[in-house]
Amino acid sequence: MTIGEKIVIIGNGPAGTRAVETLCRAGCRDVTVISEAPASGGQIYRRQPPGFTRDAKTLYGDDSDKASRLHATFDALADDIASRSETLVWNILDQQIYTHGPGGIEILPFDRLVLATGAMDRVLPLPGWTLPGVFTLGGAQIALKHQCCAIGRAVVFVGTGPLLYLVAYQYAKAGANVVAVLDSARFADKARALPRLALAPRLLLRGLVYRRHLTQRGVPIHEGARPLAITGDAFVAGLRFRDAAGEEHTLICDAIGLGFGLNPELQLAELAGGRTVFDASKRQWLLEHDGEGRVADRIYVAGDGVAIGGADVAELAGERAALALLADLGKAADRSRLDEIGREMSRLAAFRTGLDRAFAYPASWIAEQPDETILCRCENVTFGDVRTAIRRHSPQEVNRLKALARSGMGRCQGRVCGAVLAELLAATSGRPLETVGRLRGQAPIKPLPYVAAANQAATAIHDWMTTDEVEPVP
Amino acid sequence: MAMTANRAGQFVRLGETSRAPVLIHIDGEAVPCLAGDTVLTALLLHGRQLRVSEFGDGPRAGFCNMGACQDCWVSLESGERRRACTTYVQAGQRVLTQERP
Repeated sequence: MTIGEKIVIIGNGPAGTRAVETLCRAGCRDVTVISEAPASGGQIYRRQPPGFTRDAKTLYGDDSDKASRLHATFDALADDIASRSETLVWNILDQQIYTHGPGGIEILPFDRLVLATGAMDRVLPLPGWTLPGVFTLGGAQIALKHQCCAIGRAVVFVGTGPLLYLVAYQYAKAGANVVAVLDSARFADKARALPRLALAPRLLLRGLVYRRHLTQRGVPIHEGARPLAITGDAFVAGLRFRDAAGEEHTLICDAIGLGFGLNPELQLAELAGGRTVFDASKRQWLLEHDGEGRVADRIYVAGDGVAIGGADVAELAGERAALALLADLGKAADRSRLDEIGREMSRLAAFRTGLDRAFAYPASWIAEQPDETILCRCENVTFGDVRTAIRRHSPQEVNRLKALARSGMGRCQGRVCGAVLAELLAATSGRPLETVGRLRGQAPIKPLPYVAAANQAATAIHDWMTTDEVEPVP
Repeated sequence: MAMTANRAGQFVRLGETSRAPVLIHIDGEAVPCLAGDTVLTALLLHGRQLRVSEFGDGPRAGFCNMGACQDCWVSLESGERRRACTTYVQAGQRVLTQERP
């Protein structure tokens, strides 16, 4: 069976790749895959540039087989799809996507769209977090995986979540100097989460292996640690923290990897008509879908861009979204495969609730930040600036606060500070987090170079000036 | 590689050094890099900042390294701007890390 509808997939990580595979296998013949990266794999299975020679085992460790399989799957589809790499999708409107890539700005129509946009680190600001040498955990990992570099000569990893231990382990293994790991989560929380974590014994064991490896190398691991300030004038010089017993310490370091989990990249789905829903246990807004990835008419979503589930869940969700799309095209659904995916995803979802409990986001620290701490790093808006705006104007929701204080109005479009801003507004005004809303996605979702827009406009003006048809000026 | 203690870069190379050499200019200074380095990597192997915040809060050197946070935009001498973490070095690139007076 051949399917001629124009299908566009945005993202080619675990979710996007499995969606593409499923669609091509079912006979879709007009499939376009768009990605900001030069090669497939997403952030987790990100490939190194041409000319690098480390093998998959070195790059992806215990996940090397999964990574290699996913890369091979995408590469084998090269002849069946149109692939646009290093291309940003910056808007979706009226069944069209707006891109900016090597060829400038383009507008592509689609019949159906699969969004597999992934996630970025969830951060928590603290004094000094904008200093050179502070990177997200994901950013620190990319420096190593994609560039074979460490982010500094003496690195402290701070935050919580499985990525914290994974990146610290990868750094230590690659020969970097890991000074310490500071985990905001307490040991007791992890112990309580054990029954659920045991639902995925292999993943649980892997986390323990990373920790043991770090301990054996003499890397101190502090659980229940609270980072107080990153010190330094022009770059990172140290980190002050309080340990679980309440004692303060200062570590000498020149780089910090910081991250407290992940936030879904859901701006494009929102522009495409998707609705968000508040998850109280994660304190996050996620995409609302029908259980199979349908978020709006002809729009499907999968992976960490919907809700944080990790790479294994993303692969399954990518396949499931593609099956939903095929079912909507009238192709008989493979019920047994859907059931199988459903069962595996429920098991992994239960494991994920264990992770969320073991590595809870320390939201209460936000309201306790000093006034001087920078909240919006794009435009240097401090916690004090935001508190003043809240006091003066009593905004009821976070988009209003953004307009008043400019926090979230910068180049990152509130990706980094938006959730923090909402937490601060909720805590300061004594209201539940879900009532203050979330920053709306706006096009362009990432900045476009002015020259790209100018060229586009120049062409349009030239065409109009040189056209033979003369239309009356309205 | 000529590198004095006070001229040390932020990043440290841990391997993969047999790639083709590429020469770029950072603030007018010729800096040897390797093919496949991002501009962010090249700048941070050479120094400790990518730019100075236009909002008066000091130097910046990127943050997310995956094209999301937009902290690492740098200027080229030609006047264009590039996101350093998603741009790869090319022979002849001339990058500026400081605001011109």
